[in-house]
Amino acid sequence: MSTRIDRRFADLKERGKAGFVTFLTAGDPDLETSARLLEGLPAAGADVIELGMPFTDPMADGPAIQAASLRALEAGMTLAETLELVRRFRAKDADTPLVLMGYFNPIFHYGAERFLDDAVTAGVDGLIVVDLPAEEDEELCLPARAKGLNFIRLATPTTDAKRLPAVLANSSGFLYYVSITGITGAAAPVADVVGEAVSRIRAQTTLPIAVGFGIREPEAAAAIARAADGVVVGSALVDLVAQNREAGGDAVVDAVLAKTRALAEAVHAARD
Amino acid sequence: MTTLNSLRNGPDERGHFGVFGGRYVAETLMPNILELERAYDDAKRDPGFRAELDLWLRDYVGRPSPLYFAHRLTEALGGAKVYFKRDELNHTGAHKINNCVGQIMLAKRMGKRRIIAETGAGQHGVATATVAAWMGLECIVYMGERDIERQQPNVFRMKLLGADVRPVTSGSRTLKDAMNEALRDWVTHVEETFYIIGSVAGPHPYPAMVRDFQSVIGKEVRTQITEREGRLPDMLVAAIGGGSNAMGLFHPFLDDTETRLMGVEAAGDGIATGHHAAALNAGTPGVLHGAKSFLLQDDDGQVIEPHSISAGLDYPGVGPEHAWLKDIGRLELAAITDREALDAFERCSRLEGIIPALEPAHALAQVIKIAPAMDREKIIVMNMCGRGDKDIFTAAKAMGVEL
Repeated sequence: MSTRIDRRFADLKERGKAGFVTFLTAGDPDLETSARLLEGLPAAGADVIELGMPFTDPMADGPAIQAASLRALEAGMTLAETLELVRRFRAKDADTPLVLMGYFNPIFHYGAERFLDDAVTAGVDGLIVVDLPAEEDEELCLPARAKGLNFIRLATPTTDAKRLPAVLANSSGFLYYVSITGITGAAAPVADVVGEAVSRIRAQTTLPIAVGFGIREPEAAAAIARAADGVVVGSALVDLVAQNREAGGDAVVDAVLAKTRALAEAVHAARD
Repeated sequence: MTTLNSLRNGPDERGHFGVFGGRYVAETLMPNILELERAYDDAKRDPGFRAELDLWLRDYVGRPSPLYFAHRLTEALGGAKVYFKRDELNHTGAHKINNCVGQIMLAKRMGKRRIIAETGAGQHGVATATVAAWMGLECIVYMGERDIERQQPNVFRMKLLGADVRPVTSGSRTLKDAMNEALRDWVTHVEETFYIIGSVAGPHPYPAMVRDFQSVIGKEVRTQITEREGRLPDMLVAAIGGGSNAMGLFHPFLDDTETRLMGVEAAGDGIATGHHAAALNAGTPGVLHGAKSFLLQDDDGQVIEPHSISAGLDYPGVGPEHAWLKDIGRLELAAITDREALDAFERCSRLEGIIPALEPAHALAQVIKIAPAMDREKIIVMNMCGRGDKDIFTAAKAMGVEL
């Protein structure tokens, strides 16, 4: 079964381009601004949208994304509202793949089955759940696949040749390669080292490989785009939400979409 | 020896106690967690490791800790005989050191040079800083900013021992956030770092490993009470935050169903107020810090900030094995308010000449509630898991005394 994610990466491959993947937290800084951001991302050049499900204790994320989570929660965001946000987005955009990213507890509390049904109905294409490694696949990964959702897994520099098959098993959509050992928004990755890692992983899978963590500027994004199938930028966009929220929703939307355009152009032109 | 129909066989090979436990961590940590599991399994089977651990527990920690008949308290309560397991007499003043000695030996065995830990009350931080100094390893302790304020003596102790105490300013600035921060550090410095978790919490193999290292408490109690009374106790009582002192006491008795197990959580201002830390009493199943267990959370699955006067009990989760023992009905539960714990703190100081830490003061308050109604032939063993020196400022403030 082909998903929006499969189709999008196939299309990019055909055009000889890397994809640009954006991350923003749902409901940050507030529901309405978040909806406007989502709506604007595809035209600004986002090929795949990752939407963070806010959680109080995002232990694999850095200060920027934790702060985004707390802002969203303070503004009253819930998992049900996140799904509603996706539904609104999907009503206007039938093609751009949307991946929900977060931690397991809110999903577990919502009820895994109910969550999957509601996610499919809302128009979600894939899930990244940071604290569900392959060892816990029965919780969500297998039921998600059965319902036609992609379950996207993270591989990291510590994922050695022995571990990689476990990570790849039951993964679909794309593989998210975390370019550094560390949390989101930390030190920048070295493009050559990332390139080697991507080649190493490519030998074992046909899944597209997107690279993220620590990529903030167009030049860095372009360098990664030459080696990988996709480039993920999160903290750099989330920081703009934080910096502009006092100035209001328009300022946030303008700043984030301008940055998205600059990054997307660099990613899309990287292999020209 | 474990037998087929034993409650002591858990967890399964994937770290589950019933539906609880597991390994809910980021992929970055998985290879390390698997490495740790292999290293611990290997160490467990090595008689040399066990012999060395026993030697250090005797010569460095001061084990066995005494089992003391609290005769004046028993007399005052007029019911069951009350014994204290004196783990507050250990080096560093609490049970936390039992686990730290075991884990630092494992860290050395694995060739790790850098030790990290989280701490709430500071007892685990002090114990970790102590063993790191003792073994000559770098030590970083994450501690919530709020806990740093209320546990100044322990902060100074850790620094004196050469540890780098890093204040955690995120979230509620207490134990759960310190644990988030320690996990972030581990994700970032995964190759060279050994994370000494202080409770029976976290991803597998920690809950089982910490339990094993703390089980020396219950094993000693079995021997000591049998020598003293010729039989096993009728009830064991221990405070539960994450639950390591309780699990250490309870685990060797899990199959002795004639011995009741009473876990005492922190009711803070009272469970009805919502300001408490009683995850087993009032929480629901959830996933935090690598394990599925009971958790204080809201309708959206967001973690609720706990409250207790005791920094060591101020945690929104609890060890997964406790969750399972509650589920199968083996563990009885109670909850004690800040006020009741303070009363017990004062009463114990005057009656027995022992200033308890605020954590075991919760257990003691429960003993004070239930012992009078029990027969005089009955035996209660309570884990006096820490001494109260670290809490004098908190207690004085709560009692309206200016120091």
